Amino acid sequence: MDRIEPGSQVGDYVLGERIHAGAMGRIYAAMPLYGTGPGFPVVVKVPTLGRGGGGMDMVGLETEIMLMPELSGLHVPRHVASGALATFPYLAMERIEGEGLAAIAERAPLGADETARLGAAIADALHSLHTQGVVHHDVKPENVIVRTDGTAVLVDFGFARHERFPDLLGEEMHFAAGSAAYVSPEQLRDRRGDPRSDLYSLGAMLYELATGEPPFGFPATLAGMRDRLWRMPSPPRAANAKVPPWLQEVILHCLEPDPARRYQSAAHVSFDLRNPGEVELTRRAHETEAPGFWRQARRWWRAVGEAPARNAKAAGSRTPVVMVAVDTSHPDDERHGSIRWTARQVLSLSDDYRVIFVSVVAAPAVREEAARNDTSSARHMRHVALLRQWIEPLGLPAHRASLHVVESADPAGTLLALARQNHVDLIVLGAPAPDPMRIAWWRSVASAVTAGAHCSVHVVRAPRREGAAARERSVTGSA
Amino acid sequence: MLWALFADVHANLEALEACLEDARGRGAQRFALLGDLVGYGADPGAVTEIAMGLTASGAVSVKGNHDQAIEGTASYLNDTARAAIEWTRGQLEPRHRDYLAQLPMVAREETICFVHASADAPHRWTYVDGTAAAWRSTQAGGATYTFSGHVHDQGLYFERPGGGMGAFRPVPGTAIPVGRHRRWLAIAGSVGQPRDGNPAAAYALFDAAAETLTFHRVAYDHVAAARKIEASPLPPHLAYRVRKGI
Repeated sequence: MDRIEPGSQVGDYVLGERIHAGAMGRIYAAMPLYGTGPGFPVVVKVPTLGRGGGGMDMVGLETEIMLMPELSGLHVPRHVASGALATFPYLAMERIEGEGLAAIAERAPLGADETARLGAAIADALHSLHTQGVVHHDVKPENVIVRTDGTAVLVDFGFARHERFPDLLGEEMHFAAGSAAYVSPEQLRDRRGDPRSDLYSLGAMLYELATGEPPFGFPATLAGMRDRLWRMPSPPRAANAKVPPWLQEVILHCLEPDPARRYQSAAHVSFDLRNPGEVELTRRAHETEAPGFWRQARRWWRAVGEAPARNAKAAGSRTPVVMVAVDTSHPDDERHGSIRWTARQVLSLSDDYRVIFVSVVAAPAVREEAARNDTSSARHMRHVALLRQWIEPLGLPAHRASLHVVESADPAGTLLALARQNHVDLIVLGAPAPDPMRIAWWRSVASAVTAGAHCSVHVVRAPRREGAAARERSVTGSA
Repeated sequence: MLWALFADVHANLEALEACLEDARGRGAQRFALLGDLVGYGADPGAVTEIAMGLTASGAVSVKGNHDQAIEGTASYLNDTARAAIEWTRGQLEPRHRDYLAQLPMVAREETICFVHASADAPHRWTYVDGTAAAWRSTQAGGATYTFSGHVHDQGLYFERPGGGMGAFRPVPGTAIPVGRHRRWLAIAGSVGQPRDGNPAAAYALFDAAAETLTFHRVAYDHVAAARKIEASPLPPHLAYRVRKGI
């Protein structure tokens, strides 16, 4: 391979300025040789050592060339083209415009709101990746770019593991230079393929954003990194008293040395960071100094006997987010009992879930509101109380459930938006009433939600009574 | 060139026909029969007949230990396999036996080495059941790609930059890039007697131009294949294996 520099031709592209040079490769801005290219700005990545270097950068690039065409969604750069390893290895992909998280982390400590907003955006990106069967394994500020619209994009998949492709890196190398501050304990133990490893790294980044320093500093030696195999870091509130307990709870939950004690899914991290009021606070939420010697010693003992992690992909898929739509405006509707029964059945299938109960309330006309002296906040309180009453028989632990009352003239659109934002796996809602003249509202909602949902939808129908069925038959017959 | 890789058909006509149809539907241009056409199943004659036809039109075909046993040297097979071979021998026409007897142990085409078991001493029928065995076979084969059977589970081994091999359990239906800058060893899986608990027939497609390898599983009428075994003098548990894929 000839020398690669600005002006060199790589595939169908001419290289422009060099954007990045690291151990794992060099990245150049690139212009299409002819035509307009793919319609978005492109960068080209080439190995640092050039062809035949045989170094780990080559395996990293090979991994990226293998995985990138398979990835989709807003949270990864779009793949454009690549060159075969045997001839001219390179990777052309979308140039992501935005601010690197590394630059944002320079401004740390950040406020709790900003930390949570960034964390939720990164958790969204990880969730998207994990649902595609991929673990990133090198989540650190240098590999996260935040777009101006607030979405996070993950870059550099040289260490990633895809469940449907061979793990070319395998035991060769476990983490990149410069990743020591964020790498999970199990990666230090040579275990790859567990999405919960990325959640640990997310926790380490959140810790840094909230306090200004990663949880274990920037260790230079392997011995310095091994502390995290069993030790909890000093709580963020010790470094920054402004960190609220709920944020500390989320961060330390991510940083549990044992993956089984961490969040089991990025969607749950995102959910908690967006719903601080729903975070279940445990002892660790309030701590302001590192756990004492004896508690740490117990952790060390547990870590020594730690069994290999179970299949975490399976664990992730067994921890669903369920959304139940409850029509609190019609409390007497016969479907409520069936919907509650269904919710109970669905939630009994999993031992770790999040459930969101939503009531979409139609806002009355302003004149009507004034006439009844029914202000928006009073109405909101009333529906929250109804919703609370509705879920009471389910006996759910508080931190598993969150309640939302939303005023909207577009219930289906509102439900769909909430479902997408919260990575809902299943929506439970009532079927249209058999009588088309009655609560026509639901008919359109159920069908619009079913048509537009990104996930499964469970449409619940109350058991028909004979009379009702007969009535419906006559309605159908006359139609 | 799109190669269809068939190993361990084991006289299962229904499975072979289903895999042939599936592979042709996906555009397979050439076929490689990776050994053990006969043994265990109820249709050794019909399967050998198909293999002879494929070979006449350019298929690569190598000898497996069950094919060799037809010649009369079955001392190393277990009792069940030997009972099956005794019965099978009587089912085959002389031309079938001649075809099986003349099969080569190893075949090579361009960058590919075809062998039933390990290219390292193929006549010993060593199982390639780990990275060390895969490395030995790859080294002995001396080709970029080594395609084999004998082990009934699909598997993919890849050369590591520092030497030695890594192992991967393939997921059916995914085109895995297998660039020629590394050496690869693929176990195509068994067409006629899968043993991973899934009765669906197994085979693989190798796209030499695109440098990708795709493992496939094909559901077929395995109950019919099992019933034929039950209706024959073959040991009944061979039918059970086909029914359950074990």
